[in-house]
Amino acid sequence: MSELRQEAEAIAEQFSDHLNVDADEVEERLENLVNEYRVPLDEARRSVTNGYLEDAGMERDELGRGGSESVLVDEIDEDEQWVDLRVKLVDLWEPRSDSISQVGLLGDESGTIKFVAFETSDLPELTEGQAYELSNVVTDEYEGSYSVKLNRTTGITEIDEAIEVGDNADTVEGALVDIQSGSGLIKRCPEDDCTRVLQNGRCSEHGQVEGEFDLRIKGVLDDGETVSEVIFDREATEKLTGMGLEEAKDMAMDALDTTVVAEEMADDVLGRYYRVTGPTFGRYVLVDEMENPGEVDVEAALIEARSI
Amino acid sequence: MSQSAPTREVARRVFASEFNDAGYTFTESDDERAPVYALLPTGESSNRVFFVGTLTEKEDVGEDSEYWRGRIVDPTGTFFVYAGQYQPEAASKLRDLEAPAYVAVVGKPRTYETDDGTVRVSVRPESITEVDAATRDRWVAETATRTIERVAAFDDEGNEYARMAREEYDLDPQTYKAAALSALEDLDEGDGDELAGDAAELAGDAADEDLGDVDPTDPAGTPEP
Repeated sequence: MSELRQEAEAIAEQFSDHLNVDADEVEERLENLVNEYRVPLDEARRSVTNGYLEDAGMERDELGRGGSESVLVDEIDEDEQWVDLRVKLVDLWEPRSDSISQVGLLGDESGTIKFVAFETSDLPELTEGQAYELSNVVTDEYEGSYSVKLNRTTGITEIDEAIEVGDNADTVEGALVDIQSGSGLIKRCPEDDCTRVLQNGRCSEHGQVEGEFDLRIKGVLDDGETVSEVIFDREATEKLTGMGLEEAKDMAMDALDTTVVAEEMADDVLGRYYRVTGPTFGRYVLVDEMENPGEVDVEAALIEARSI
Repeated sequence: MSQSAPTREVARRVFASEFNDAGYTFTESDDERAPVYALLPTGESSNRVFFVGTLTEKEDVGEDSEYWRGRIVDPTGTFFVYAGQYQPEAASKLRDLEAPAYVAVVGKPRTYETDDGTVRVSVRPESITEVDAATRDRWVAETATRTIERVAAFDDEGNEYARMAREEYDLDPQTYKAAALSALEDLDEGDGDELAGDAAELAGDAADEDLGDVDPTDPAGTPEP
């Protein structure tokens, strides 16, 4: 989406409760000012907004938070929506591009969501641990996971409030139908704050390193209708397979091959049913708790089947 | 959720009797690598299946190289599973397994036409693992429910695969519903001594190999996760 279009939609959204304004019309006005009359975008926005304020007979401060909807981060399930959030800045990450001023994790009681702020938006810097009201942020979707983008029209207000951040906990159930590569006995980068999994002894960030052994299973639970990707960390993997790190290392040592560990684990867990609960991170559920559903309740299944 | 996300194909739950009738295959696009779907007669597309049954027979039917065929039986019929050099893990599983055994299979439907023109449907396994009776029972109950749900939705407006099934097959979906219900009823009746006995025996066998300290009298026979 072009910057003009983004501005236009923000403005149209702001007036949506007061006037019948569509984004195309706003964009046309902005375009005229910016491209034809060489007015800076900021000034163009101001001018166009004032025009609409006049049409509506409103004062500037009546506009307030505009028309975007106040939501919890866990409710975001659509691309390109304008929303307002009450969140705490949970974590700041290292931006990987010069165009990004800040990137990290925002959270409220429903869970966490990634956010990105761009250099061009000229926004005040956010501080880790601080709670904010953010108005006019735009949702974004990539491969099924959602994030929010801050933009030039985003309102940032520090609030003095303790926000408990939830963990997006999710419960999924199904048959374990696949164990993905990168499972079993793996090596992680030992650098500080880097836990990347090594590929052929290399970390994508730190190059050739002496890795540290770890256990994990990246699996797929499938209930016949949907598939869920789940990650068992070392503790969960040990609980699931009954195999500890030392045993796994011995096994790999004997075979002179680490892949035997994942194969051995696959034998014990593939094709079985599990119910797991844990926070979602991107498209994965990180397993905190798991149970084996055990014996099926045939009576209940029969009653259900007859009622369909 | 999102249409743009690369999604893994779901593993359908289908009984052998219906699966073996799913001889019509199709793709959703003209792309050379577009996934191939078998059309289930109850009106669903299937690029992958998951089933649990009893391996009753296995045989190396290969001429030059190993090519294993397994017969896996469920309450309605028999799945035929073929694994050769391109499915080395599944092939070696079939080589090592002793029939009878409860096995769980994840695999892809494959069809081939015999000389007399009949289409046979088989499974190319992605994985085969030995499981216990509780897993088998859960699968039977789950598959019965899913099957009955598909039959219930068969006449829904906009059910594209049901429309396709009506065009491609001359099969009554009600027969699959009846088979599913009777599988579930058998499970209910067998809930007593007979099945528990089988299960204990199987759990006992399995315990010798890899389940370690599981109590062989526990019909579930599964290690605590």
